Amino acid sequence: MSTLHTVNKSSYERDSLEACVRLAAKGGSVLLIEDGVYSAMSGGDKASVIENAKADLNFYVLGPDMKARGISEDRLIDGVKVVDYKGFVELTVENDKVSAWL
Amino acid sequence: MSDAKKFMYINRKAPYGTIYAWESLEVVLIGAAFEQDVSLAFVDDGVYQLMKNQDTTEVGIKNFSPTYSALGDYDINKIYVEKESLEARGLTLDDLQHLVWEDEDDDWAEKDSIRVVTSAELAEIFEQQDVVLSF
Amino acid sequence: MASIEVNGKNLDVDEEGYLENLNDWVPEVATVMAKLDDTELTDAHWEVINFLREYYDEYQIAPAVRVLTKAIGKKLGKEKGNSKYLYELFPYGPGKQACKYAGLPKPTGCV
Repeated sequence: MSTLHTVNKSSYERDSLEACVRLAAKGGSVLLIEDGVYSAMSGGDKASVIENAKADLNFYVLGPDMKARGISEDRLIDGVKVVDYKGFVELTVENDKVSAWL
Repeated sequence: MSDAKKFMYINRKAPYGTIYAWESLEVVLIGAAFEQDVSLAFVDDGVYQLMKNQDTTEVGIKNFSPTYSALGDYDINKIYVEKESLEARGLTLDDLQHLVWEDEDDDWAEKDSIRVVTSAELAEIFEQQDVVLSF
Repeated sequence: MASIEVNGKNLDVDEEGYLENLNDWVPEVATVMAKLDDTELTDAHWEVINFLREYYDEYQIAPAVRVLTKAIGKKLGKEKGNSKYLYELFPYGPGKQACKYAGLPKPTGCV
């Protein structure tokens, strides 16, 4: 069993991502979408949320949402992968279920 | 101008995820017609509104980041960005758009609109306002 | 929905006559709209219409009249950057009427 978790809120505004990584089972995937993409930027206080969890979880960020917000790929935390809409669909297919953290 | 009131718009939300950022910008532009003394503050996730290189083509939402450059035309040239909010997010002034205004009394010289200020300085600026609107 | 006929095509407009879809605009839109207002467009009108389109392209908003007047004065000269000149060209209001011909939404702040 594997789960795709989606997070659509900035971790500087809400604790959705922190709740997600605390409660996600090892080996799961986390896709950051909408304002969730800010959490994938390196250098900020909340970068540690992903840094500390990336050994146990796979992190993805939705490219179009990243571009909309002016975030370039070189600003991402190491190990976070960029996917497009097609990649989003593939992730939902590869996993048994999707859990959305609002 | 003696009866002009000091208006402060506080922006605390990231763009696109919610409608607050665009709504605030519209209210600011509409309010500018009343020729008051307007200031804008960007704090918390609001600092993301001013990020450079926003490109919304693939998400199909209107990219309103170019509109911030028009604020100078509306005589809005006091744009405060909280230093602590930038730093917490790993951002610097270089990550933000370069916003300017033209000083009519100084042969249209281009001057910077953005001022990075500390929380303490911003608290004092808020204290001087007649009206504070929060988005 | 209301529409206007331009080059044999029906383009949607709102209840005040503004184009629903920005991308529908071609210069003939302005000519047709002006005709409905009994106005013949001159080079002076076009100067303002083109200016507004460029402004929208750059800033994604239609400027308020005050901003338009100042910007026109700076770009096209002081004799054109005043309300009298602009209102003579666009008696229904330089913001509203010129923006409409230019295919832009109603200026932000125009009630």
